[in-house]
Amino acid sequence: MISGRTLGQGVACESKMSREFFKATSLCSISEKDYKSLGITQGKNVLITSLFGQAVLSAHSNPGLPPGITFIPMGPWANALVGPDTGGCGTPQFKGVEVNIEATDDPVLEIRELFRDMEMVKA
Amino acid sequence: MNHEDVLCSFCGCLCDDIVVEVEQDQIKRVRHACRLGASKIMGHERIRGPMIRRNGVLTEATYQEAYDRAAEILQSARHPLLYGWASTVCEAQKIGILLTEEVGGVIDSTATVCHGPSIIGIEEKGLSGATLGQIKNRADLIVFWGCNPAEAHPRHTLRYSSNACGRFTPEGRAGRKVIVVDVRETKTSKNADKFVRINPGEDYQVISALRMLLAWKGDLVPDEVGGISKKDLSEVIDTMKEAAFGVFFFGLGMTHSRGRYKNIDNALSLVNELNAHTKFIVMPMRGHYNVAGIGQCAAWETGFPMSIDFARGSAYFNPGETSACDVLSRREVDAALIAAADPASNFPRQIVESLARMPVVQIDPYENPTTLIADVVIPSAIAGIEAEGTAYRMDGLALRMKKLIKSPFPSDEEILKGILDSVRLLRGCKEKSREA
Repeated sequence: MISGRTLGQGVACESKMSREFFKATSLCSISEKDYKSLGITQGKNVLITSLFGQAVLSAHSNPGLPPGITFIPMGPWANALVGPDTGGCGTPQFKGVEVNIEATDDPVLEIRELFRDMEMVKA
Repeated sequence: MNHEDVLCSFCGCLCDDIVVEVEQDQIKRVRHACRLGASKIMGHERIRGPMIRRNGVLTEATYQEAYDRAAEILQSARHPLLYGWASTVCEAQKIGILLTEEVGGVIDSTATVCHGPSIIGIEEKGLSGATLGQIKNRADLIVFWGCNPAEAHPRHTLRYSSNACGRFTPEGRAGRKVIVVDVRETKTSKNADKFVRINPGEDYQVISALRMLLAWKGDLVPDEVGGISKKDLSEVIDTMKEAAFGVFFFGLGMTHSRGRYKNIDNALSLVNELNAHTKFIVMPMRGHYNVAGIGQCAAWETGFPMSIDFARGSAYFNPGETSACDVLSRREVDAALIAAADPASNFPRQIVESLARMPVVQIDPYENPTTLIADVVIPSAIAGIEAEGTAYRMDGLALRMKKLIKSPFPSDEEILKGILDSVRLLRGCKEKSREA
């Protein structure tokens, strides 16, 4: 998994509680080959799991991606999969995270739901 | 009224040709900006007033109450973290550094999850640099390595690099060669003369192979490195050597991947060695509009560019030990002030969970996930739109940002001064009570 900037993520990044930000960042791109082999249909969600966490995202096929790579716009959904280790330089490895992808019927969590457990700590 | 030559306060390009139409202190129209800049300048839903968490719920407060509560949190903490700073002006950053020193905390910027590895690489190897103006006017080869300006810095190519028309580059794109190195096709790679697809996490090996070819040790380079054939590698290095003025722009594809600062270290060496053949410079594609500014401010105030710990009473810098993500994941800090950033969205989730467990003060114009875990929320004027100040472009050029409209909110600088005053009052009271 690699995460990074997109135009849509950038446009909405000062309004992160908006629907626009949700739509721009709670998705992943998968190569056409992987999309077919995973049996995903258009509009279907995927469960992505890494050693560090998991996230449900809407899946999109992208012909510009080589097989074996998924791209997620930077944001809290992508960061659910990134580990805390900084390799001694202060920066976590936001790109090149090993993940498992499977189709799911679970819904993508809205941004407030994503942080519900942390809000509970405050309450 | 029209404001001409406005600086855009979104990305490190700091485009300085924006026209903003204002009527009755409201922004009506933005011209010349890209979608990112226009979206920011036109504005979004704001936090309406200061809030303090009481009985688990964020409730309204006055600014003075918020400053006092923030000061209590910072002053009573054993080791607070003061993080963010990339989306505000240098005048606020200076107060932030002073406040950190006053409370014996650790200060870090968003560079730490962005181009922090670039800064470490530059400290190790030095950087052969230029201004964006020199690049626009002189460069005939542009390399974009692990970056996608078409989406992250949309006007970069037209104003400063591959497609810009300059004094000695009147033909613009037609007079330049463009090489894009990335793990995937991007909008930027569609503009390239040569797109080189590299295997993820193998930048270091590929740069090493290019250095070998440059040093006439090509016979030791395997037929394929990082998914790239030796023929393609030779073509890339020949194009680099043949350029009259080459530029190596790099992005988070290098700093966020395996190797991190070592990738940068190696790229800087490659550029250094290319200068034995021709003029070549290298530049990180800085993200936030003043992330370069906090590096400059911190360097002249403390001697270090980021991740600075004042717990010992003097500035101490050791990325990997004193960086925000490290002190949070090791739970070495027990309170946080977040200014002009949103770590809840941009840090790995496990680190955000650590942050949520401690008292958090947020200074920001907008509600974001960090607001959800904050205990004190202090809304601020938007720097570069509602407050003036200095910002540094990605090439290190300092530029002055204008105030375009009045704001009902205080600036980041005023807020930080308010908190600093409250901290000093608290410390004074403590010292007086000790004397008594």
